[in-house]
Amino acid sequence: MSHHEMSAEEVKKHVRTYMMVFGALLILTGVTVGVFYLELSIAAAVVVALIVASIKGSLVACYFMHLISEKGVLYWILALCALFFIVLLLLPVLTERDSVGVM
Amino acid sequence: MSAAAIIPHDMEPHPVTGMYNGKFGIWLFLASEIMLFGALFSTYVLLRMGAEDGMWPKHGAEILNVPLATFNTVVLITSSVTMVLSWAALKMGDVAKGQRFLGITFLLAGTFLVVKYFEYKEKFHHFEVFLNEPMAVEGYQEPLKGIRGHFTADSPKLEADAKTGAYAIPEYVIIEPDAPHGTHEHPKPVRIESAQVKRISNFGPRHSNFLATYFTLTGLHGLHIVGGMVVILYFLLTGSTFAKKNHEKYVNRIECTGLYWHFVDLVWIFLFPVLYLL
Amino acid sequence: MSSHEAHAGHHHDHGDHHHEELPFWRKYIFSVDHKVIGVQYAVTALVFLFFGFTLMMIMRWQLAYPGQPIPLIGKYLSSAIAMDGILVGDGYNALGAMHGTIMVFLAIVPLAVGGFGNYVLPLQVGAPDMAFPKLNMMSYWVFFCGGVVMIASFFVPGGAAASGWTSYAPLSVIATTGQTMWLLGMVLLITSSLLGSVNFIVTAVQLRAKGLGFFRLPFFVWAQLVTSFLLLLAFPPLEAAGVLQLMDRLAGTSFFMPSGLVVSGVQQTQYAGGGSPLLWQHLFWFLAHPEVYVLILPALGIVAEVIANNTRKPLWGYKSLVYSAIFLGFMSFIVWAHHMFMTGMGTTLSTFFQATTMIISVPSVIILTCLIISLWGASIRYTVPMLFAVAFLPMFAIGGLTGLPLGLTASDIALHDTYYVIGHFHYVVAPGTIFAMFAGIYYWFPKVTGRKMNDLLGKLHFWGSFVFINAVFMPMFFQGMAGLLRRQYDQTEQLHGSLAHGLTTMSSWGAWLLALAQIPFIINFFWSIRGGTKVDANPWQATTLEWAAPSPPPHGNFDKVPVVYCGPYEYSVPGKKTDYCPQHVAMEA
Repeated sequence: MSHHEMSAEEVKKHVRTYMMVFGALLILTGVTVGVFYLELSIAAAVVVALIVASIKGSLVACYFMHLISEKGVLYWILALCALFFIVLLLLPVLTERDSVGVM
Repeated sequence: MSAAAIIPHDMEPHPVTGMYNGKFGIWLFLASEIMLFGALFSTYVLLRMGAEDGMWPKHGAEILNVPLATFNTVVLITSSVTMVLSWAALKMGDVAKGQRFLGITFLLAGTFLVVKYFEYKEKFHHFEVFLNEPMAVEGYQEPLKGIRGHFTADSPKLEADAKTGAYAIPEYVIIEPDAPHGTHEHPKPVRIESAQVKRISNFGPRHSNFLATYFTLTGLHGLHIVGGMVVILYFLLTGSTFAKKNHEKYVNRIECTGLYWHFVDLVWIFLFPVLYLL
Repeated sequence: MSSHEAHAGHHHDHGDHHHEELPFWRKYIFSVDHKVIGVQYAVTALVFLFFGFTLMMIMRWQLAYPGQPIPLIGKYLSSAIAMDGILVGDGYNALGAMHGTIMVFLAIVPLAVGGFGNYVLPLQVGAPDMAFPKLNMMSYWVFFCGGVVMIASFFVPGGAAASGWTSYAPLSVIATTGQTMWLLGMVLLITSSLLGSVNFIVTAVQLRAKGLGFFRLPFFVWAQLVTSFLLLLAFPPLEAAGVLQLMDRLAGTSFFMPSGLVVSGVQQTQYAGGGSPLLWQHLFWFLAHPEVYVLILPALGIVAEVIANNTRKPLWGYKSLVYSAIFLGFMSFIVWAHHMFMTGMGTTLSTFFQATTMIISVPSVIILTCLIISLWGASIRYTVPMLFAVAFLPMFAIGGLTGLPLGLTASDIALHDTYYVIGHFHYVVAPGTIFAMFAGIYYWFPKVTGRKMNDLLGKLHFWGSFVFINAVFMPMFFQGMAGLLRRQYDQTEQLHGSLAHGLTTMSSWGAWLLALAQIPFIINFFWSIRGGTKVDANPWQATTLEWAAPSPPPHGNFDKVPVVYCGPYEYSVPGKKTDYCPQHVAMEA
């Protein structure tokens, strides 16, 4: 579906969704900070924080940025981007870990 | 008139992408932004994993202000909502309401920056004296490798090297150490002779790799906020005229601005836990 | 125009006032027409190409005749570069670093992408202009400013950046002000590339003429499309790295400064330490390897166009070409650490990067093979562009194949940082890409000016360039295998007058004679703008859409909006009156 021919009714429905997403984002922000004060082990804290952040990020991308109603081409481009992002995140670290000598 | 005037799909979505040119363009731009911040996150991970013992704080909250950042998170999320509401109002043809929400977005963005300013400012007036040998300080259980706190009024003034910006080490310094974790009592000021001092730094970027990463990431994010504010201000000033002239095009412009703005929000959603809480 | 309209004048849809004649500065300087911008890019890039080449010619003097005053221009060089006309070590380093930077970022990429891409891509997809004309203008001017900052760096205290075009940390962090200028210049150039690549992708995807499906796009458009994706996704990490290095230099951070760093016997205590010099290399090569394909893909695109046109038959394996280009682009993101085999990388990761490097050579070979097979059985027209295009094939093959030993960890240990490496990548970009650029200039010159360039001067240019460019670079393979290291100010200290030094002298003379061989080109270029033979819209009897527009195309390009009826290379279709069927002409059944 494209937003191009969206009717006023549909937009109103969207607004309700936006408010729900807003609520969810506030709750999840609370969860992130709340979990921090539980003082979990580093590994657990990283996992929880990143999962919560990813959910929040997906909500923003899917609903505020309307990613959920876009077409396939954009998904492919973003998937490519996400893949290179992961490569960029992991390979330097792996290379350092695997290096001979220091570190 | 020649055919030069009309660029295809300036307004009409293209069947392959389902987007008009501007929207496709802004998404591609955001893809490149993902790689920009990706590289900086990669830097963060690499430096943190390679950090020597004690060189990286247990979590950012040890140095940074979590309540302020939580407040800022809420501010930014709210600004994202008002942005999308502005678009929705415009889509329904209500220009005045759309502009109002745009105005609120602008103010929230400004709030974010003001809070950030106070966060930054505090860091630049907070110091750490790195020591050659660990030193016992009252109230702390372990001897400290670096004493954090504020210099007293009778401590000699620090002078920064014109070229490197690093502080020259004076004959001695007098510092009032921070209260140990979980207490509010400041220990008595400590006098430290130059022979014991390795390096003096405020909690600015040069303090440590953690703060360097913090300032680079939040600074770059802040620049993105400023950029967004300039665009929003432009549409606040010209929007009603623009909308009168070509309503649909104006809605598209706000949609593209919104995409960028939500992305800036999205980056912060990751920056907040990574820098402050982990 | 009413006063209300005047107030909101900048919102006017592009082209509202076509009846008005634009003032000179809007038409030729701050133009939003993709063709003017393309020419601006190309001319600026050619000037930089010549400048970068001049820097190299100065360095070649020092290499061939170390310690002797540079003839002709020596006495005019600043003291940071030459003393009493003799090149100094720091000057040599600065010239080397700036030669690489200028050639890659200010000459070849702007020429291949900014110049040819801007001019030809919208025409080939049948668009009236780029998708975002104002953005297009902005990307040129940001590029221009980046270039000015780079050149200005020669005049700051301490001279231009001297840490190599790769700017490896920590050397670059402690270098003089020129390095800061280099970083600022790079940030501008990267921004320009990003704006450009967004524009190219949107144009190629959304502005295609009716009937022009993806598999009817000329290979040149595909090459530009893949290139734009590389620029879009690979450049930002270098921008990030540039920002980090600026922080290290200006804000005293230690992103790339390791703990306990000692420089010239002095402990660097002003740094927090704990940084990773290798991080710079990762971020740099994450861009710079895809950058290699940014340099070569547009060249392959141009060569494909010229070969199809001059063999008068369809390109062999068009779809293989397209898929190879896409795969090449994808793989180029995961091979970068083969530049870093000598950094102490462990065996697991180096094996991984060695494997991906071997895999990426496959699509390159497929592309080259398709182009060579395209020649098979053709009655080739040896026009000047075709001479350059045909010469490109073996030159690029030499460049590509000599890369394999560098991609294998074992042989890389011996060859790393020797002249062999220099020979390898110069064969790819100099007789490779630059020859393709010349092919493109001779090929599209009639479109831009409505006149053809002179054939005789063109052939003189080709043969001179072909002979001397090989004289420059071929010796480097032998020198490199003999162990001669690169980045040496005075090679005689390593060579002691052995045979290899004779080869150095030969290389240098090759470079100077190569410069002389460009004189016919320069004369030809300027003379032909006014004095060349006038030609019609389609002098090469080509099929792609740019030849459907008048020469030179007016603002808005086409007299009537083109519709496409067939694939890009319908040459010698049996049963036709002519040996070519343009894409915009409906084929009768």
